[in-house]
Amino acid sequence: MNNTEFNIDLNLTPTTFDAIHAYLAATVFGLALTVIILLFILLLSMLRNAKKAKQTKVSTNSEQTISSTIPKREPEVKIVEKVVEVEKIVEIEKIVQLPAPEPIILKESTPEAALQLLNLLQTEARFIDFIKEDMSAHSDADIGAAARVMLTGCNKTINQHFDISSVRSEEEGSPITLAEGFNAAEVRLTGNIVGEAPFSGTLIHKGWKVTNIKLPKLTQDHQAEIIAAAEVEL
Amino acid sequence: MNHQLFSGTTNTSKAKFSIGIDLGTTHSVLSYVDISDPDNDEITQKVLQIPQLIAPGVIEDKPQLPSFLYQAHAAELTEGDVVLPWTNQPKFLVGEIARHLGAKTPIRLVSSAKSWLCHAGVDCKEAILPSEAPDEVEKLSPFQASVAYLEHLSAAWNKQYPDQPITEQEITLTIPASFDPAARELTAEAAQQVGLTNATLLEEPQAALYSWIEKSEGDWRNHATVGDIILVIDVGGGTTDLSLIAVTEQGGNLGLTRVAVGDHILLGGDNMDLALAYTLKAKLEKAGNQRLAAWQIQALTHACRDAKETILSNDEADNIAVVVPNRGSSLIGGTLRTELTRDEVNAVLLEGFLPEVSSHEYPAINPRSGLRSKGLPYAQDAAITRHLAAFLSRQVDAVKNIDGVTLSENASFLHPSAVLFNGGVLKSPRITSRLMSVLNSWLTAEQAPDARLLSGLDLDLAVARGAAYYGYVRQGHGVRIKGGTAASYYVGVESSMPAVPGMAPEIQALCIAPFGMEEGSNAELVGDEFGLIVGEPVRFRFFSSKTRRDDTVGTRLEYWGDDELEELNEIEITLSDEGYKVGEVISVHLNSLITETGTLELHAVSNQNNQHWKIEFDVRSGEE
Repeated sequence: MNNTEFNIDLNLTPTTFDAIHAYLAATVFGLALTVIILLFILLLSMLRNAKKAKQTKVSTNSEQTISSTIPKREPEVKIVEKVVEVEKIVEIEKIVQLPAPEPIILKESTPEAALQLLNLLQTEARFIDFIKEDMSAHSDADIGAAARVMLTGCNKTINQHFDISSVRSEEEGSPITLAEGFNAAEVRLTGNIVGEAPFSGTLIHKGWKVTNIKLPKLTQDHQAEIIAAAEVEL
Repeated sequence: MNHQLFSGTTNTSKAKFSIGIDLGTTHSVLSYVDISDPDNDEITQKVLQIPQLIAPGVIEDKPQLPSFLYQAHAAELTEGDVVLPWTNQPKFLVGEIARHLGAKTPIRLVSSAKSWLCHAGVDCKEAILPSEAPDEVEKLSPFQASVAYLEHLSAAWNKQYPDQPITEQEITLTIPASFDPAARELTAEAAQQVGLTNATLLEEPQAALYSWIEKSEGDWRNHATVGDIILVIDVGGGTTDLSLIAVTEQGGNLGLTRVAVGDHILLGGDNMDLALAYTLKAKLEKAGNQRLAAWQIQALTHACRDAKETILSNDEADNIAVVVPNRGSSLIGGTLRTELTRDEVNAVLLEGFLPEVSSHEYPAINPRSGLRSKGLPYAQDAAITRHLAAFLSRQVDAVKNIDGVTLSENASFLHPSAVLFNGGVLKSPRITSRLMSVLNSWLTAEQAPDARLLSGLDLDLAVARGAAYYGYVRQGHGVRIKGGTAASYYVGVESSMPAVPGMAPEIQALCIAPFGMEEGSNAELVGDEFGLIVGEPVRFRFFSSKTRRDDTVGTRLEYWGDDELEELNEIEITLSDEGYKVGEVISVHLNSLITETGTLELHAVSNQNNQHWKIEFDVRSGEE
């Protein structure tokens, strides 16, 4: 009887004493797992961030000086529902046996930056005016004249706020060889993708990448959704 | 104790940076150099990124601060729209937003404040700007506007370097070489008002040359030889400034001496854009369009600036379409469309502003004759080449006292051997090559060798960069341009002739400061006594000459040619009645001093007890 008392068999119908033990053991196990999962999530998100930074090298150097008046508008990183699930593990023992799923990290882009870009394009290039226009009502010559205004302005705005360079320096249409370990985010393979690297192919599009962004800063009360104020002449 | 106090107040070694401020007519720039290590021979130049509102609620860092100020209406902007990184309530709107808002509401825009500083007949401390504004708009003085730009720059600096406040740094402020003593004094006073008490003034063409020297990293000695005369041509947005600098020998090394400066010519790139816009306006109206509205001309000017730059820098672009879009949200309907052709650009810009004239053709009208007009005295002859011809001819004697620099005997104008260009307009290779070819045609006509082009400047930022470098030079590094005053100065005194009824008494010009008087030196006119009445303001006529180099202190001129002496605003002395009875007559003599800052100061000195009274320049009552 003493033997069976210390050899806890969880499959047995639990007595009062056994149930406490089992509950304690499960709690300890659950807590340990929680810690491991949390550490794993942390590690993964750090790895992802490092990778992202390496790929784009986008520096937002405008952010430093004005932090006192303007909240930083970095994209929020949300760990979807993960924390809640982990807590559940402690309570419901069944889930303990499931393999830990790959944590899904989604970035939510802030609408302000997008609105700001629209505002810049409208101010300098009349971008919204142009695309809202009914093209069928006008002749090609008139559209061309307006497009000239729009395109010159867009070019100016984009060049002013973004440093854009091509991903590949080779001439389009020329043969190109990709060594093993090339950056798949920078170069997209298409067509007859078989075999192993190095891959030989033709450069169809040289690609674009932004190397630097200089967006203006916004005051706290700025209503970014007004991308062009109505104008009343007195 | 005394010693400590002394070194504490005059020691400038605590300055970590030398800061150069280009307070331009259309743009201001701040450049700086780390000078904390006196043994460092290599310097790194930086240009401050100036945070400024570019639209309501939108702030951007830009290397240039447009020198514009906008007096917004209370209903125009919400409170949260006008915030700067250092304050929630800026006193004035300056920079890009001012230019932007002012383009649509010119009655509230203050522009070209700097040109007003040098405008005779105007009290620069009187609230007169915007000059076209209705009474309701709060006006301010050209002086206040300059202070506002300096305040913005100072705040931007202090925000970026809170541990190195700008008031503790070495400051060099640039001014046009053609600024008169009163305008120099106003600029120095504006700097003092924002706490820049140790600011030094530097002429812009000199700053450009300093920048060229700094950029060459020592190589400039291979591009200049003793005997060279460097012509600096600075064409900015609103003004043209000319200077001549001779390369001399100083103790076995190359030295530089500024030998002459030109007049203040209100003529620049903005005039060119406007000229093109009016050409296209005429073309549009001829083609059957209605008279263009003011906003359309403005948009046309804007478009012309871009088109001009394309045509002038690209040999293949012959015709550039210029489009003025409708102001409403319908972009396609109501768009005005025309073309700017290469022939038009050539005719308007090259023939209009840079005609191929001979070295004897001078501007049709003296640029100073516009004194009586209410607005700014814009140059009446747009031909820069004619202004240049007049300048070089007037200054034909500029180097006769300079050792090692000689001019051929038959020269009818001063022959420059090298040219340095500065200013945004001269970024265009077609404009510079035209200027060079005109100048070289004059030189060839007098059997002189062609002038060389000194290249390598960043034409937008060179002045500020050169000014920052000058602070470093002042610490004993590199070559310093010798200059002193760019003119000699005179007061008008009545000659002791019997009065002739119906005729104004003849006046003589008494030289009170000679040409080339250096900073920190003074000149006393002990022999010339004046009796002044205590408590009563006494006014003197005041003259300058950019060509009379041989007059010394005390020289009296009875006659002078029309183009020799230029009349400036009157100067005024009031002997305070402290210690004297009102009405008492005191015998004084004059004393002139060039301060370390670079301003001219005049004092009346009592012959009895050496008491000093300062003589004011900046009394500009607006009287004719």
